[in-house]
Amino acid sequence: MTQLALVIDLNVCVGCQACVTSCKEWNTSGSAGPMVDQNPYGADPTGTFFNRVQTFEVGEFPNTETVHFPKSRPHCVEPPCVPVCPTGASYKRKEDGIVLVDYDKCIGCKYCSWACPYGARELDEQQQVMKKCTLCVDRIYDMSMVEADRKPSCVKACPTSARLFGDIHDPESAVSLAIRESGGYPLMPEWGTHPANHYLPRRKTRIKIHEDELERADNPLKVDRQLPRPAMSEPTLDDVTTW
Amino acid sequence: MHPAFSVIFLTTLIGAAQGLFLALFTAQSYAAFKLLPQPDAHAFYGQGSLLALVLLVAGLVASFFHLGHPERAWRTATKWRTSWLSREVIVLPAFMGVVFLYGLAHWLDWHPVLMTLPGGLPVDPSAILGVAGTVLAFALFICTAMIYACLKFLAEWHSPLTVINYILLGGASGFTLAAAFAAATAPELVGFLAGWAAIITVLALFGRGASLVRNARLKPKSTLQTAIGIKHPKIAQKTQGFMGGSFNTREFFHGQPVAVLRGVKWFFLLAVFPVPLLFQLSGMHGGFGLLLTAFVVQYAGLLAERWYFFAQANHPQNLYYQSIA
Repeated sequence: MTQLALVIDLNVCVGCQACVTSCKEWNTSGSAGPMVDQNPYGADPTGTFFNRVQTFEVGEFPNTETVHFPKSRPHCVEPPCVPVCPTGASYKRKEDGIVLVDYDKCIGCKYCSWACPYGARELDEQQQVMKKCTLCVDRIYDMSMVEADRKPSCVKACPTSARLFGDIHDPESAVSLAIRESGGYPLMPEWGTHPANHYLPRRKTRIKIHEDELERADNPLKVDRQLPRPAMSEPTLDDVTTW
Repeated sequence: MHPAFSVIFLTTLIGAAQGLFLALFTAQSYAAFKLLPQPDAHAFYGQGSLLALVLLVAGLVASFFHLGHPERAWRTATKWRTSWLSREVIVLPAFMGVVFLYGLAHWLDWHPVLMTLPGGLPVDPSAILGVAGTVLAFALFICTAMIYACLKFLAEWHSPLTVINYILLGGASGFTLAAAFAAATAPELVGFLAGWAAIITVLALFGRGASLVRNARLKPKSTLQTAIGIKHPKIAQKTQGFMGGSFNTREFFHGQPVAVLRGVKWFFLLAVFPVPLLFQLSGMHGGFGLLLTAFVVQYAGLLAERWYFFAQANHPQNLYYQSIA
């Protein structure tokens, strides 16, 4: 069964907020209607957003690391928000596993938001219905777009390609590969919600440079000393000088 | 969680109404078995049911203020297979209907004998409606409480104690109200009802006390480590990603200092249990004023109790919203 999801690489996210703004732009002008802001230029602005990039400091000074954490709406395989909905407005699509809200059925009782440990759902203050990430469902199946554009808006916007999109139930997909080979993990696994979205952990990048990588040990010219030996101050050039 | 007054009034008002109805039918059952004198059915059961109905309607009206789209409320009856909220929405009007019919049967003195129990006890429509209403009253208590108790993410609610306390607290306030009402309409039942009100109040003290002790010892299952999946003992949020408020910063936090929380807790511990108990016991011999005071104080205490019930519940999503920068 298909389960579409985002896989977010914390190792490359730079916290630029491009996914936040492009998500807002696409979804506020998309078929799902506006994501309303209230008091946008006032002292206490508030509004509906489907994703946020948060920043955490891990470790103790001076050994700290800054982790930018794009908080996403997880599209759980076992979504606890769906069975609690009294009207059936909240549902999970069988064909692709996207968890959606039917804005025409939602009564705005907020009960689903209580039943979500991730805080994935927000009540739109103006429309008074629950809203959540749709994985850009109005975009990924839009055949009028070129195939490269049929991806969620946030994925398209990410300048560092920190966001991958695909079917995590297809073992050959890029997202499955990333989860398998880069240690992808879900958030709050203790609740058994099996979020579809995964995160790839930070990785330490260390380069060990061996001496023979600076001075080529197997340089054939070095062996028979055919070329003149340059002075120590001159640059080393493989295949040109003897060392 | 953010305590919504609509839900606080809904749960306390219908709880008192359910308790009141249970008290009426308990008295009727005792009277049927000649354990209590027969009161003026017209006044006590008839008007008592009307009082319960008024509370139920008031609760229902309060609940509509919780909805973003009240005009779509009829849709809530559709998902009763999975949602306790949906079940509550079905059981509440059913209970209201039965309370109405029960009151009507007494009001019109409609007591044809439908059948006779082995002991020679006649069964009239009000008895059958009473049994149906009792079942529905308990079903409604369970539905209302399970809305909260079924949410495993809110550990403070996710316990059988939630259901027990909704039943006991609703029962206590309902029986207290019934005792006060009997003082005005059926003085011969006051001692019986006030006695039961006192007993249920004491039981409720044990139930609520147990849940307070339990909640004080809870250890959150989710931590910042599991929330973002980084295994390090020291993680601090530097920014939640926005500087203004959002639904996530409003809905899941009561927004009051700890002192307020503590004050509300001690207020309800006094106003729901010992103070009404004092008035219930001193009003056992027919003091309408004393029993009415008992109910008013206990109901005010229950409003605080319900506020605290919501405020105390700590939602794991709050882990993501701890710092603005």
